[in-house]
Amino acid sequence: MVEALFWPAVLGYGEAALAYASVRTSRLATWGVRLGWLAQTALLAVQAERADGFPWASWSGSLNLFVWLVVGAYLIWGCRPRYRLLGLGVMPLAAILFVVARLAGGVGDHHGAAHYGSAFLVLHVGSVLAAFAGFTLAAGLAGVYLWQEGRLKRRDAGILRLRLPPLASLERLASRTIAVSLTLLTVGLAAGLVRAHDDGGRFDALEAVTILTWLVYGSFVVTRPGGRRAAYLALGGFALVILARLALAGSHFA
Amino acid sequence: MRLSLVGVSHHVAPVELRERVALDLPAAAELARSLGEGVCLSTCNRTEIYVAGEADDAALAALERLAGRSLDGLAYRLHDDDAALHLFRVAAGLDSLVPGEGEILGQVRSAFEAVEPGPLLDHVFREALAVGKRVRSETAIGESPASVSSAAAALAAQVFGDLTGRRVLLVGAGRIGELAAANLVSRGARIAAVANRTVANAEELARRFGADAVSLDDVAGRLGDADVVVSSTSAPDQVLCAADVPTRRRRPLFFIDIAVPRDLDPAIHALDGCFLYDIDDLEAVVAETLTGRRAEAERAEQLVAEEADRFRSWHASLDVVPAIASLRARAEEIRIAELAKLRGRLSEDERRTVESVTTQILNKLLHLPTVRMKQAAVSAEGAAYVDVVRDLFGLEDER
Repeated sequence: MVEALFWPAVLGYGEAALAYASVRTSRLATWGVRLGWLAQTALLAVQAERADGFPWASWSGSLNLFVWLVVGAYLIWGCRPRYRLLGLGVMPLAAILFVVARLAGGVGDHHGAAHYGSAFLVLHVGSVLAAFAGFTLAAGLAGVYLWQEGRLKRRDAGILRLRLPPLASLERLASRTIAVSLTLLTVGLAAGLVRAHDDGGRFDALEAVTILTWLVYGSFVVTRPGGRRAAYLALGGFALVILARLALAGSHFA
Repeated sequence: MRLSLVGVSHHVAPVELRERVALDLPAAAELARSLGEGVCLSTCNRTEIYVAGEADDAALAALERLAGRSLDGLAYRLHDDDAALHLFRVAAGLDSLVPGEGEILGQVRSAFEAVEPGPLLDHVFREALAVGKRVRSETAIGESPASVSSAAAALAAQVFGDLTGRRVLLVGAGRIGELAAANLVSRGARIAAVANRTVANAEELARRFGADAVSLDDVAGRLGDADVVVSSTSAPDQVLCAADVPTRRRRPLFFIDIAVPRDLDPAIHALDGCFLYDIDDLEAVVAETLTGRRAEAERAEQLVAEEADRFRSWHASLDVVPAIASLRARAEEIRIAELAKLRGRLSEDERRTVESVTTQILNKLLHLPTVRMKQAAVSAEGAAYVDVVRDLFGLEDER
């Protein structure tokens, strides 16, 4: 059943990742995102129903949940015509990570019983992953900002034929997304640190990078940079998110 | 009933002729009413009279009276489907000088609403308005600016989004700058100040926009609270250097330089958060968007053709409507006559039941022939179908 739901979800995401490449098919891409996300929602629901405790406590399971959160966050804006092209950045990443999650066993039926209680995992994993999803979206917005700003600086004659969201809107949305995500990361991080302290103060590389991520985005919220600087900072923070999600997660989930 | 169109437009008639036949809305409505069932659409690019029935000769005569000369070779006459297709293209902006211009749809609506047309013109004009809306919502034909001043405003919106409340500094009190400023104002921006070498010349324009009038020497000092700068002076030298532009944190500044020679230092564009577009840049944007409009026009033509096909079916179905109405009337007449024979032999409940059953039988029996006749109406067989039905059911006398 879970396997059967994986395919429509990955097909939807894959179709969207390809269809966003052309303006003419971008409307079709939005439907791919919607249908894929619905299929993944059903997949997560089945996993939750069958699991004994929190089903996404493993690295691959959390990657599955992360993809769902990223696509869900994208859907908030991505369905608006001008924000469709944000999907060019978000959907290929979502499709690839979803496949990685499956290859690593994160979309299967069975996961071992979690070491920690569900309430803690929901708070810790849920908050951190939601924050990372928000940072991913903010990075997408920052990417679109740099693209649009570059077109304006190049005085691209075709700028009004392929219209992107205005610079001011992109900057505002990215700032708000980062502010909300940072709050979630603070909650998730605090819960994790309290539990780590109770467990004897183990501290791994993932936690260090996550704290560094928190500092980068914290400086973003405090200094409130504008324009290109803000976009570069959002992308820099996102590089740390990718590092935390893909490169360093193994030891933390072991 | 026949739909006819007589008109002159920018395609064939020079402006000297178009201005003679141009009418304001009340005069156009008056002319349309004088022709019986008609609608007169008169804009700066066209005067067209749509009539139902056989009044096209009278419509041409009316146009020739206005022109004060014969319109041979200058006026066009179209009928039925061709006239409807033409109106649909006009409403969609496809017949306009700039493809997709939006004003024409409102002009078609005004011309239509100024008179009380009969069923044929009512239907074709409602369809035309729907086609115009559909083309604008399903294609991007109307989204792109067609002039330098509207391109400038559209570019500013690419930076700021909604321009409501954005402050504009207008440098130069000339006509071109005023046009660009008016475009920004139409998008919600506010003219904060008008700067001119002679302040007295700026005052009149500033008063009209509710802005301050300042001298050119004050331009740099006014940049701090401006979002958009529009410059169009006839000054031989630069009015503003990059060094005069203050550093702005988190607030972009958009410069529009439509003066020749240029007023603004090109180095401004390299400053962080500053964007400078001169007249060549704006003209390149307009040329590109017009190319886009032409591409969108091809899609719009397809939509218009679809709607014209639908109109053709509807119009053709009008020919079979009398036969269908006669057939239904004859059937109903028979039903009522047969029911009358049962009068007094049925209780009230039984009578109601028989009424209901016979009505349903009649409707079901006539449904398919009605649909088939309407379908056949759009083909060459339409007239034959009508004749056969009249013959089979003895409807000859009701022709």
